[in-house]
Amino acid sequence: MAGITSIGAYIPLYWLSGEEIGKMWRVKGTAGGKAVAGYDEDSVTMAVAAALDCMKGSDRGPEACYFATTTGPYREKQHAAVIAGVIDLDRRCHTADFTGSLRAGTTAMKSAIDAVKGGSAELVLLAAADCRMGAPRGKFEQSLGDGAAAIMIGSTGVLADIVGSYSLFSDFTDEWRTGNDAFVRSGEGRFVDEVGYLPTMQEAISEVLKSCSLKPGDCSRVVLAASDSRRHAHLAKSLGFDKAQVQDPLLTDIGDTGTPAALLMLVAALEEAAPGDRILFANYGDGADAFIFRVTEEIGRIRGRLKMRDRIAKKRSIAYGTYLDWRDLLPFEASSLPERAEPSLAVRWRERRTVSALYGVKCKKCGTPQIHPIGQTIRVCVACQSKDTFDTYKFSDKTGKLFTYAIDHLQPTKNPPGLNGVVDFDGGGRLICELTDYDLDKVAIGMPVAMTFRKLSQGKGIVNYFWKATPLAQ
Amino acid sequence: MESFRDKIAIIGMGCTKFGERWDMGVEDLLVEAAYEAFQDAGVEPKDIQAAWLGTVFSGMTALTMSPLGLQHIPMTRVENMCATGTEALRAASYAVAAGICDVALAIGVEKLKDSGQTGVKGPAIIGDNPDGTSSIGSGYSAPASFAYLGTRYFNQYNLDPHEGKRLLAEIAVKNHYNGSLNPKAHFQNRLTVEQVMKAPIVAWPLGLFDCCGVSDGAAAAIVTRADMAKSFRADPIYIKGLGITVGARQGSMRPDYDYVHIEENVLASRQAYAEAGVKDPRKEISIAEVHDCFTCHELILYEDLGFSPRGRAKEDIDAGTFTLSGELPVNTDGGLKCFGHPLGASGLRMMYEVYKQLQGKAGPRQVKNPRLGLTHNLGGNAGAGIGSCVVVGSERSK
Repeated sequence: MAGITSIGAYIPLYWLSGEEIGKMWRVKGTAGGKAVAGYDEDSVTMAVAAALDCMKGSDRGPEACYFATTTGPYREKQHAAVIAGVIDLDRRCHTADFTGSLRAGTTAMKSAIDAVKGGSAELVLLAAADCRMGAPRGKFEQSLGDGAAAIMIGSTGVLADIVGSYSLFSDFTDEWRTGNDAFVRSGEGRFVDEVGYLPTMQEAISEVLKSCSLKPGDCSRVVLAASDSRRHAHLAKSLGFDKAQVQDPLLTDIGDTGTPAALLMLVAALEEAAPGDRILFANYGDGADAFIFRVTEEIGRIRGRLKMRDRIAKKRSIAYGTYLDWRDLLPFEASSLPERAEPSLAVRWRERRTVSALYGVKCKKCGTPQIHPIGQTIRVCVACQSKDTFDTYKFSDKTGKLFTYAIDHLQPTKNPPGLNGVVDFDGGGRLICELTDYDLDKVAIGMPVAMTFRKLSQGKGIVNYFWKATPLAQ
Repeated sequence: MESFRDKIAIIGMGCTKFGERWDMGVEDLLVEAAYEAFQDAGVEPKDIQAAWLGTVFSGMTALTMSPLGLQHIPMTRVENMCATGTEALRAASYAVAAGICDVALAIGVEKLKDSGQTGVKGPAIIGDNPDGTSSIGSGYSAPASFAYLGTRYFNQYNLDPHEGKRLLAEIAVKNHYNGSLNPKAHFQNRLTVEQVMKAPIVAWPLGLFDCCGVSDGAAAAIVTRADMAKSFRADPIYIKGLGITVGARQGSMRPDYDYVHIEENVLASRQAYAEAGVKDPRKEISIAEVHDCFTCHELILYEDLGFSPRGRAKEDIDAGTFTLSGELPVNTDGGLKCFGHPLGASGLRMMYEVYKQLQGKAGPRQVKNPRLGLTHNLGGNAGAGIGSCVVVGSERSK
């Protein structure tokens, strides 16, 4: 037996409405809008957030960690290894990136199922994230959103059993980017529908139903990937699904999030599922993957989780100019203020435990948890001066309180003014760090915070990731 | 341990005009300050037996001093962040006290405005590796690193934001008034409380006029053995006590640090007071030049240096205690706020003012009958500090 044992999601806080985009270009904007990754986020940081959400409350780590994306910041360097380090997985964990197709998420899921069934791993974590861009004034600018989803595949404590699957590939060019393209390109709409999307999805879905001897009406929930609502409705109708069966594609809420899109719908479907439900799940991109899940009694375990609706409702609207700035879509005037220091590869390697999983130490003699403000190795206890008598101590999963703060109008940031805080961790330890995703009007001494993995800067061609504090969700 | 009190005398000082000195390079600033000091002491460059240069950004080695043309004497560059100028004075004084030489030069310089940047690269010295690279690359500014104090002070002592800002503004207004009487100060303008409070915010609660000037400048002191001082001039100034203390970033790492005082300030001043035999600084110190890089730091310094009881600096500010005509005038030359802050020069610039005051040569800023003067610098910031404090007097105790 193999199936989904845990789910996780991440929707960035920021939101750009179709109306705002329409106003910029003096056209009628699409209804709704799209989730926009913050200035300090990318596919890796969003995947980390979804993965941590997925692992919450689990007492053991996976033996494999897969990352699916088409927008990893590196062309050469494995993102799954970055993510596995940040979420603090065992070094023997098998890591792999799945990329090149919007179907990469389900390709990774299929590999995860195979690994679990084949016995090479008991638990496989799969995180998918994308941060795709449409060219300004184009249709993709309005339709593409950002987000991440994570799924754990395992054989015990399964929430949703895999009953059947069917996959096919298709060398069909409907949406693509070459190595030189910053923006998504696409073929002509009806051509994509009539020759690509509809027949490919129809075949995969019909075949998976047939293989399980099911009829469309036997599915409690139908999760169908689609890059626009019209196409989505057309497909559902053509296969004979009732509107009530069909899972909301979230397109007007967060946009087409690419690789994680179908998985986010699946997460939302599972959040509402009851034991015994049958879920049809089909993903599209260079072919199609279709699966049938059967929900188990274990689904009760995820009842208390934050729901997709609540995640979406948190949105904070941004202006179009902010979006241009955050996505580097315009050359902006260079700052005359001092820039951030360039990262040193050697120092980042030496301090990798701090940089990636925010590890500090706890003194064995006096019990003081401590982390160095500039990420240096602590050799002598700051409290009792004992030398080299430490246990490692993780701060990334600790909550804390804001002891004091500074709103910095000189800070090099794409979201000025910068907010910096002195964070006192629950359980001990203090860190001076940046904050993110805050409402400046609500920042106050004593505010509860949690840590979140973000991009600090990019220099020397590398992404300089580190942790920031963020107001704790109440 | 032998007492350092009254072993060393300052017999000559020099200080350039501070400001955006587009017209002068490091070499000009050094020469201006040093030659004023030579002339003031009545010595020739050849009389200098050893020299210490304090600079943070404007030179890596003692060769930075080559424009002075000193001929093959021991010279060293020292650095201790914003306490660098005091560090140079300390090194020169200790060498003379140790009997290694009899006449030594301490000089501090900083040429910040050639960088083309608006501010000082704070985190580069606070947060990064010696080669300028970083493991984390945090990017908060120097004002932000001090704003933590203001935010916390307001909270701790229940000052509403308006009242807190007003208190800070009073400090800026005082220092600008003093600076306006000083032709060498970077800024010559007087400000009103309203102007300061309405200025654009740099790092809340600090507005533009709560932040010191980013300036170019140099200052120099010539020190000698106290017993030789009168052979150079009739009115030398004697070093009574000198304290420098460097923390282990305790405040940045330990939640028991309160962000309403700076331990390194307290400890450096206590060290200097003990050496100088000062029991009640509020009563015994006649004039103080303190490190008002940001107004909220001067606020806290009134308490750290023992001038005001904890949490009660407000009463003294409102009573005008620290104004030019007050009970204990602070930053009579305009302070970092108005005189400017070329990092490596500042400690010696402060001493220049105290020296002139003790000699009765401070012109319109002259304080009545000063006996003991104090200079104070803080390198780093709250939580990771380098505290330094010097007490000087016009009379040598018998």
